[in-house]
Formats: sequence, structure tokens, C-alpha cells
Amino acid sequence: MTAPETIPTQTQRETFVLNLGPQHPATHGVLRVKMTMDGEYIVRAEPVCGYIHRMQEKMGENRTYAQFLPNTSRIDYLSAMTYTHAFVGAVERAARLAVPPRAEYIRVITSELNRISSHLVWFGAFLLDLGGFTPLLYAFDDREQILDLLEGITGSRLTYSYYRIGGLYNDVDDAFVKGTREFVARMRPRLKMYRALVTENIILRKRLIGIGPISAEMCRKYGATGPVIRGSGVAYDVRKIEPYSVYSEMDFIAPTFPEGDSMARYLVRMEEIAQSLRIIEQGLDKLPAGPVMAEKVPRVLKLPSGDYCYAVEAARGRFAVRIVSDGKEIPYRVKLRSPSLSNLSLFEEASRGMLLPDALALMGSLDLVIPDIDR
Amino acid sequence: MNPTLPPSIPFQPVDYAAKGWHFDAVIAPDKVVEAAALLDAEGFALDTITGVDWMAEGKMEVIYDFFCLDKPLRVAVRTRIPRDNPEIATISAVFPGANWHERETHDFFGIRFIGHPDLTPFLLPEDADYHPLRKDFAA
Repeated sequence: MTAPETIPTQTQRETFVLNLGPQHPATHGVLRVKMTMDGEYIVRAEPVCGYIHRMQEKMGENRTYAQFLPNTSRIDYLSAMTYTHAFVGAVERAARLAVPPRAEYIRVITSELNRISSHLVWFGAFLLDLGGFTPLLYAFDDREQILDLLEGITGSRLTYSYYRIGGLYNDVDDAFVKGTREFVARMRPRLKMYRALVTENIILRKRLIGIGPISAEMCRKYGATGPVIRGSGVAYDVRKIEPYSVYSEMDFIAPTFPEGDSMARYLVRMEEIAQSLRIIEQGLDKLPAGPVMAEKVPRVLKLPSGDYCYAVEAARGRFAVRIVSDGKEIPYRVKLRSPSLSNLSLFEEASRGMLLPDALALMGSLDLVIPDIDR
Repeated sequence: MNPTLPPSIPFQPVDYAAKGWHFDAVIAPDKVVEAAALLDAEGFALDTITGVDWMAEGKMEVIYDFFCLDKPLRVAVRTRIPRDNPEIATISAVFPGANWHERETHDFFGIRFIGHPDLTPFLLPEDADYHPLRKDFAA
């Protein structure tokens, strides 16, 4: 619901400042929003960032490429696989390393598992914001299966650092392949259940339909990507527009919904889980034999001078790494372009005139990970 | 919308497989707002803005990245400004999303974006008077 026209935005009426965060359950991390309120209506909501800033980009300038690799799992901690993929992709591009096909297929399979687990966290937390507690327990049950699978091959449950410059840390075993197939078979009926229990729930629909509309034009002006722009009807997906790794060999769609409201962003993510299952299944079917590390990755890696970029579709949208090399062992500059920052930057404009509880639904539908903004 | 490259920006093709983007242009610092407006009119989306400190040459580089929403077309626009007085016009009036990227670049490099609505620290502490990505920054 947007404000009636009688609510002035350039107000001379009395307003008050409401401080949301930095420790608030609805911001899922240390984000602060300074809200100027006119009663229940937002006049201006200004995000205040930097509470979990760690200067990742400076860390990139004082260690080697291989030493920076673990950092890439700790920016968006829910998309550790895809973020590491962008970093190793940029280094491989600069060093002209050919990654074995088996490694690329395993990268795609594990990235998509990571995307599903990320969307499941969002699903649970978002519904928690909207007042539904039970879905979180179901979602975490499903996510647990993925974490167990990934723990089996990477040794880690969240910050995987599984990809290496030139390939993978180790190969997958038969237990992983079997377990992943079982997970795909388990997850499809679960999605049907979520549709019946949650998506068609009248309370959820009343909380989301028509709430927090974001136009495609606003997404473009702010650089918002991922499910946010696809929920505004634009089929922008890095996996489709600039296919990397072996995504061009996979049959899947980038789901879009034209409404631009919070419900559309919800539906995009739910449909993306189904598409990721398709990609995982195809990846397992086509998984070639062979090594998982490129031969002759130099122990001392010096990239030729110049800049190199690599973009991936992370769970929250476009993540890109730009490396500037001056020919030494240590990068001259590492730029991390994170999707959450661009997605949140439109919040001030999009939330103007909204009711506070609706603005929290809008914020939840953006699926923010705060360390991804603050880096 | 089917964006094409504005002819007045001196774009050079880049080998995508080797570099990761398609076109690159080096422009004069006073042309950035004009370039952003031209790319905006063509329907490009703002990717990010960042800096690079070339201390040995006494220059600061500002890199503007744009991407296209419906086809593989990524462009980088770059310019260099003097390191001892790093000032450049803001493009936040053209792309409101540039606001935060420019604030971050000001935090990290001390580059002042003239006309920017609010250059207070974005990611750094509110009393920060240092710029950690300058090459002469010592912690």
C-alpha cells in the first residue's frame, strides 16, 4: 500500500526519526536504516552501511592470488561457491589457464546447490519477517541436505573455498553423485508442498502482492540485478547473457515476472530453485571423466600487466571481480562488485511513502546479505 | 531497447575471452557526465564505479563500468585525474545508483566528486579522514 496523496513527502508537518538497526532482526545483519517517519508512513529511509566493513579490497592488495582465495567465500557467505568462481575465473582468464571440463561441470553443479541453499535461507528468513515461523524449519531441513553434501566434498559447511585457480580442491566421489540425485528427487515434491503451503497462502499474498513495486527502469538506473530485476520483467541473467563456465551447455530458463512487486521477486526465487535442480541433473548426466586440476598451474603465479574482469550470476545477482595486475605476485588492485550493494541502493527511492511493515517486506524481498554490501 | 555504442565516445574493441568486457574508452575527465548521459540514453545499466591509484605516475584512474540488459555488451569508460587534486564531476544526477559507488570511491581513494549530494563516509567509520586504497596509506 502506498501513501495516499494527502501524505506530503516534502512535509512541513511534524515528523520523527525512527532508527532501525544496526541490531534489528528484520535487517538480518548489521544494517542500520535511518527512517524519517510521518506516523506509520516513511518520508525518507536512508540506509547507513559499513558496520561490518572489513576492507576486503585492501586485503587483496597485500597477499598473493592464492592467499586471497579464502576471502572470496566470506563476502556473501551464502554464495561462497559463486563468489570464488568469479575470482578464480578472473585469475584463470588473466593467466590463460584452461580448466578441465570435469572441473567446470562440478563447479556448475556445486554453484547451483549453493544457489538453492541460499534461496532456502532467504525463503525461511523472509517468511520469518512476515510473521510465519514454520517455513523456516522446513527450509532449513532441506538446506541441511545440501550442507551435508557439500561438507562431504569440501570439508566445509559454509565458507567452502572449494575452487582452486585452475580447477578444484578435490574430485567428487560416488557418494556425492548419489546423494545429489537423491536430493533432486526429494526437493521437487518439497517445492510443490511450499507452493501449496506458502505461495498460495492468502496471508502471504496479501502481504506481498502490489507491495514495494520496483520498475525495470529503476533497476537499470541503480544497477540492480538478480531476482530483483527479473522480478521486474527483465530477463537479465549473467548465465544467459554472458555465459561462463559450461552454462551454455545447460538447458534452463531465467524466470521472470513482470509485476515488479515483492510477490514477483518471491516467485522468481522459488522458480529459480526448480531451474537449478534442472541444471544439477543435467550436470550429473553429462559429467565427463578426467582430471579436476589444470596441468602446470605455476606455484608462483604472476599475472601479465593489465586489468581482467569476470562476472557471475550469484544468488543475489551480478557479482564481478576486476583484477588490476602490474605483473607482480600480488594484485595491484582487486575490485569486488557486489549485487547486494546495488540492490539496496534503490531502497531509499522505492520505500518512499510506504507503510513501515510494507517496507520491511520490500527489504526482505531484496534478499540482502550485509557483509556483501560492506565487504 | 537495443543499445548501441554512442559514436562520440572513443570506444575500442576488447578481446572478451582475454579480458572480460567488450569495449573500452579513455576519455577526458570533463567528459564523464556527457558519456554517462549518452550511455543512459542508449539504455545501458550502471555496473560500478571504482578507482585505481597510479602513484608512480601521479594519477588517479576512475573506471566506470556499464552493462547491457539484453545482450552481451559490457563497456568500461576510464579517465585519469591528477593525484594531488583528485576531483571529478559526479554522474549521480544521471545514474542515481552512482551515488553510493562514488561515496565508496571517495572513502577509499579520497577522490572528490563535485556536485555529489553527500560525500560523508559510506563504509568507513564516520570520523575517517584517511583513504586506505591509496598506495601511500600506512595502517
